[in-house]
Parts: sequence; C-alpha cells; structure tokens
Amino acid sequence: MFLQLNNITKTYPGVVALNNVTLHVKKGEVHALVGENGAGKSTLIKTCTGAVIPDSGSIVVDGNEFPSMTPKLSEQQGIAVIYQEFNLVGELSVAENIFLGRAIRKGFIIDKKAMVNESRKIFQQLGIDIDPNTLVSKLTVGYQQLVEIAKAISQNAKILIMDEPSAPLTKAEAERMYEMVLRLKEQGVTIIYISHRLEEVFRLTDRITVMRDGNVVRTMNTCDTNIDELVKLMVGREIKETYPAREPCISDEVILEVRNLCGNGLTDISFQVRKGEVLGFAGLIGSGRTELAQLLFGVRPKTGGQIIFKGKEISPKTPQAAIDMGIALVPEDRKKQGAILDIDIKGNINMPILKRISKLSFIKKKEEKRIANEYKESIRIKTPSLTQKVKNLSGGNQQKVIIAKWLASNADLIIFDEPTRGIDVGAKYEIYTLVNTLVKNGKTVLMISSEMGEIMGMSDRIIVLSEGRITGSLNKDEFDQEVIMSMASISKGKE
Amino acid sequence: MKYKDLFKRYGIFVVLLILIIFFSIASENFLVTNNLLIIARQISMLGIAAVGMAFVLLLGGIDLSIGSQITLVNIVAAWLMVNGKVNPVLASLAAIAISVTIGFLNGFIIAKVKMPPIIVTLSTMIMVEGFAYILCGGQPIFGFPKAFSVIGQGYVGIIPIPVIIMIVVMAIGAVILNLTYFGRYFYAVGSNEEAANLSGINVVRVKYLVYTLSGLFAGIAGIVMLSRTNSGQVLAGKGFEFDALTACVLGGISVNGGYGKISNVVAGILILGVLSNGMVLLNASQYTQMVIKGAVLLFAVAFDSIQRNRQSKS
Repeated sequence: MFLQLNNITKTYPGVVALNNVTLHVKKGEVHALVGENGAGKSTLIKTCTGAVIPDSGSIVVDGNEFPSMTPKLSEQQGIAVIYQEFNLVGELSVAENIFLGRAIRKGFIIDKKAMVNESRKIFQQLGIDIDPNTLVSKLTVGYQQLVEIAKAISQNAKILIMDEPSAPLTKAEAERMYEMVLRLKEQGVTIIYISHRLEEVFRLTDRITVMRDGNVVRTMNTCDTNIDELVKLMVGREIKETYPAREPCISDEVILEVRNLCGNGLTDISFQVRKGEVLGFAGLIGSGRTELAQLLFGVRPKTGGQIIFKGKEISPKTPQAAIDMGIALVPEDRKKQGAILDIDIKGNINMPILKRISKLSFIKKKEEKRIANEYKESIRIKTPSLTQKVKNLSGGNQQKVIIAKWLASNADLIIFDEPTRGIDVGAKYEIYTLVNTLVKNGKTVLMISSEMGEIMGMSDRIIVLSEGRITGSLNKDEFDQEVIMSMASISKGKE
Repeated sequence: MKYKDLFKRYGIFVVLLILIIFFSIASENFLVTNNLLIIARQISMLGIAAVGMAFVLLLGGIDLSIGSQITLVNIVAAWLMVNGKVNPVLASLAAIAISVTIGFLNGFIIAKVKMPPIIVTLSTMIMVEGFAYILCGGQPIFGFPKAFSVIGQGYVGIIPIPVIIMIVVMAIGAVILNLTYFGRYFYAVGSNEEAANLSGINVVRVKYLVYTLSGLFAGIAGIVMLSRTNSGQVLAGKGFEFDALTACVLGGISVNGGYGKISNVVAGILILGVLSNGMVLLNASQYTQMVIKGAVLLFAVAFDSIQRNRQSKS
C-alpha cells in the first residue's frame, strides 16, 4: 500500500467528522472516494495535506509513518491536491502559474524562457495543447483545470488528489480531463478521485471507497459493483428513481414568450413557455444559456426583440424590476451569486421581500421569522436554527435557502441555472421534488443544466443553444442524448 | 470554552475596562465625574462622524473625506454667520447641506463610475480642503452670535449637549443597522455585492444612501466642533477620518465589509477617548500619545485577526 490512512479520528465540538477511518490506496491506482456532502471526504483529504490535524490515527506514505501532516511535509511526500476552486493567478501567464513560488531564476532575474520551455515539456508529456504564454484569465475553466494539474505534476506529485474535478467542466472538457487522468495513471501517478458523477467513477477508477457520516462504509473493486449499489451505500437507503415522477400540469396559458431576443451575446432567440411547464435549456458552457437568464432577469440589457410575460411586454432593467414582475433566478454559482454566506438563513430567505415586510422602514421581525420558519418546514432545510449563517450549511441546504427566498417572493417564473451542481445525490432528489411541487402549484420553471440526465429527466421540453442561437427544440418523446449533443455543437461555420 | 467565547464577543469592552482601571489607579483625577464628562465631550464629535465611517466600512468602502468635510462645514458656517450675517440655524443647515452633497457625490462616483472608494474619497478629501482654504484664505473666522455656542458648550443638567447629540446619532445608527430594511441592505451589499444585486437589492442606491449619510454625520460633527471652538479653522477636521477609522476598526468593524456593530464602535471610541485623556493626566507628551494610539490599534486588530484565524481553522 502506497498511502495508508490508519484509524483516523477527528472530532469537532458536537460532531464526529471522521470516525476511525481507514483508507488504503495502492501505488498507481485511481481510487474513487464517494459519499454525500458532509460524509467526511473533504476532512479526510485535509488530513493528508496537513490542513486538518487528526485526533488519533496515523498516515503512512510509502512506508514512512506520520501521526499528522503539515502542508510542507505533505508536499515533500509528493501529495498534491486539485481543489474545486482553483488556486491560479488570472493575471499571470500559464507558465508563471505553473512555477508560482518556485520561479526558475538566473541570479535575481526570473528566467521566463526556461519556464515556458519547461511548461511546454510538461504539456507535451500530458498530451495537451496550451500556449504557456497565455494569461490564465483568458483560458476557459476547463483549460484552467488542466493548468492546475500540470502545476501539480511539475512539483513531482506522486499522489494526486482531485476534488470533484469535472464539476465545472463541459462534456468535451471533461473528456480531455479523463484522458489526462488515465495518462497520469500510466505514468505511475497514484490518484484519489472524489466525484459526485458516478458514471465517470465507473469509467476511470480501479477501486471505490464509499463514505457516509464520517465512516468508511466499504472499499471495493470498481468492476465488482454497480451504480445502484453505490448509491444505496452512499445514502444508506434505496433511491428508486433518480427523477421523481410528475403529474402533467401544463396549462394552455402562455406565460412567457420571447421574440427575436438579442443582446448579451445572443442572437434571434424566440420561444414560448406555458404555465406549469419545465422548459430545459441544454448546451455547452458559453452557449448562451446563462446569458439568456441574465436578460430575462434584468442583469444585462437586451438590444433587440421582445419579452412578453403574463401578456405584457416587459423589459426589466434591474433584477429588482424582474423580481417585482414575478421572475426569479437561482444562479449558477451558489456561493458567489446565490446566497449571502455571512448572513443568516432568516435574512437570506427574506432578502427580496424585506421592503414588503417592513413598516415605515422597520422590519417586522416576527413576520420575518414566521416566513423563514414556514419555508424551513415546507422544503425541509436541515438546520438547528434560523439564525445559523448560510455558510455553515451543506451545499444542498444552501440551495434550498436560495429557492426558499424565491418562494417567499412569490415568483411565477423561476429560472434555475445548474440547480444541482456539486450537490449530493439525496439533496438532488429533494431539489427535483421541489421543482415538481413548484409546477404543480402553477409556477413555471426554466432549467439550465449541463447534466444530460438531469435535463432529460426533468424537462417537459428542451431547447438547445449553441453560440448564442437556438439550434434545436425537442419534445419529451424526442429526447435523445446524442441528438442534443450534436445540436449543442452546431456552429455557424457548419450551418 | 464559555469564557473564551465571552471574551471573543466582548473583548473590546474588557480592553476598555482594563484601561479604565489602569488610569484610575495611576491618576487620582481620572475617575471623577467631572473628568468623565470631559472625556465624553471630547469624543462626541468623533462619535458622530464614526457612525458614518462605520456605515461606509460595512459596505466594504471607506470615506477619507470625512475630515475635510468637517473643515469645510466649519469654514462655510463661520463665513456665512460672520461675513454673510446669516442666522446661525440657517448657516448651520446650509453648511450641512454642502457636506451632504459632497457625500452624495462620493457615492455617485463610486457607484456609477465604479471607481475604488479609497481613490474617490482621497480626491474629494484634497479638493474639499482646498475649497475651505480658498473660502477663508487660511485665516480663522470668528465672532459668532452668542446663541450659536449652545450646541457645543451648553449643558442639559450636567450632561454636555454635544454628548447628547452623539448619543442620539449613535442610537439612530444602531436603529438603522438593527431594525430597518435598508440597514440590512448595508450588510448584504458589504458581504456579497453580486448576490445582493441578484436578490433584488438596488446596490447603486444603497451606496448613494451610505455615502450621503456619511456626509450628513460629518456635517453635524462639523457644526458641533465649530460651536465648541467658537472659531472656523482650516485645521478643524485634519486627521479626523483616521481617528474615525481607528475607532471603527477597534470596534471590530471589518474593513472588508459586511461585519460589525455600532455598540462595539462605541467601545472603540471610548478607548480612544480614555487613552488620550488618561495620558494627558499622566503628563505624556503628544508624541508619546501617538505611539501608544498606533500600538493600541495594531494590537486590537492583531487580536481580532488571530481570533478569526482560529475560528476558521477549527
């Protein structure tokens, strides 16, 4: 065994984060670590990097035993982690980022040429095509991640820990990342791969360890198990269907009609949505889905075309205006755009309606509490108290707070942008159920998602975007993964 | 564990208490009613202006023009009363209107042109001070109607009127932050401007409001000061923005925005007041006072940072 975490226990006041956890990783294998959010995966990883000091247990790397790690020691042992949030400096070049803190120097002068050449060598070895002189901020998220990986490799990482590496990537970018993972494996790098996407776990990994509530449930060979069993082990209960069934609740009333909408990178967008419908928007990252949401929600101005909502032409100039008209947006980036992490649950839920529940500018505190409590109960936000800061909640519960906020504002049209990104299986199912309840109660949902299963499982209809234009529209009986993918990659040149 | 939490929460008040005990032992003239009232009166102008600074900091901004605004208000009100023979009330209101306008312009440029607050208010700080010099030619202006001195020198019972004004302003500040919806907006915008905007908060308008209020409070502080010193001076507000900033930071207001309470700012102001009064009683030179004030600020912020690092680690 190349890396052994033996009987690691870590407790925080009131919580056992890791309970006598043992994880053994073989040299040169790709080892998946799966489990719901809050299962203890991140804490376990942090003991390997020295960010968390375990209460008891030991860490053995290549035969050397340590009671705990420090960041420096961990680096010396060849352990590198690629986090979901990248640690790159946007205004520096790719090469400078790779050698950040270890710049190659001639005397006092940084030797840019040597760094560029070294970077080229690493990219060649990894089989990727990036110009080391490019500024990192000019790269897409997918390429930025490859730079992160290259950076780890340049530090001679022997054990590479990847924390949900595919979460922000498009399908094509993810494919490229998978190739890289397999290539690194060939070169003898040991990889611990954390992911919520179980298909890729089956595709990439040799063995799987499942964690739940701070315990290791089981470690097994990937070829000896299947998705159903894995999900069961993760949640500790059986989830029958991934997508809850929905009674048809589409009315004849067209609630939103968009005619020849232009602006914010979009060209000539036209579609209709009926009340009670879930309309899905598929496409690659940068295809214009988020941009469309921004136009409808008043974040960016339109330059042409019409938006007709509830029978009236509207052109919201600010989110506030859109909210007043009955439109809501659950944005793509939960932590940066959705919730205000340092404000408590109660405050977040009431944020859009604060003025409405104030009298002479004074917030009616009882009303505020009542509303927050109502939604906490009805959509089951798991928290000991409504005065808990939102940053202390799990991803799924944060998303529920954001949804509660729009339920409280009584929006008629709710736009979900990547509603379940980085959320665990159980919470995902709850979010889907919530979407069903919404349309059942006469709300209308626009749903943007890069997860093919999700968008096909949840939508009544799907519109496909590519390069800011609509390239296809499918009814439920026409849904087909390959058709959607090919529509999503139509480019103007090919038309 | 419990005591540690309490100290974390009320640490600033513990520091204040220690200072009070120290000076009470070191000087017999410290802990007497008269001296305490002197301290209260000394800090009153700072207390008024600090509420504006606290708002601005909560928003993640800064207002360096507070001191210059106080100076200009001083000079304008004095000029109007002496050279224009304007009624003291009208002169005061006109002067405050000017600082309110400057505050609004700060907010306008910051929100609309999207410039960093430190640059915008640094520029207005220099410009406004220049205007004050132009208006009075660098000379003090004095000779106000007698009635005007009531604001800065009068008493209700044994309580000096400036202290009452300060308490009222601070109470208003606390009420805004704790009870009103727009006070909540300050925190929201300060913690996460983008999410606040996407929650339907008109971020631009919140910025206008906060910088305008900062101007208003600077204006009130300026009038109180003019009445107390009985003379319009170009050095009236010099360095005031930094004292206000020190008080706010001592009071645990995060310079990154989104976090802080007026009650703790009160403690911050009291610490500054107690320090300077106590050191005068102990015959410390002005320069020694500067060294100690700076050290106290550094210590307070270091203490706060260490606590926070610990919190985020565990």
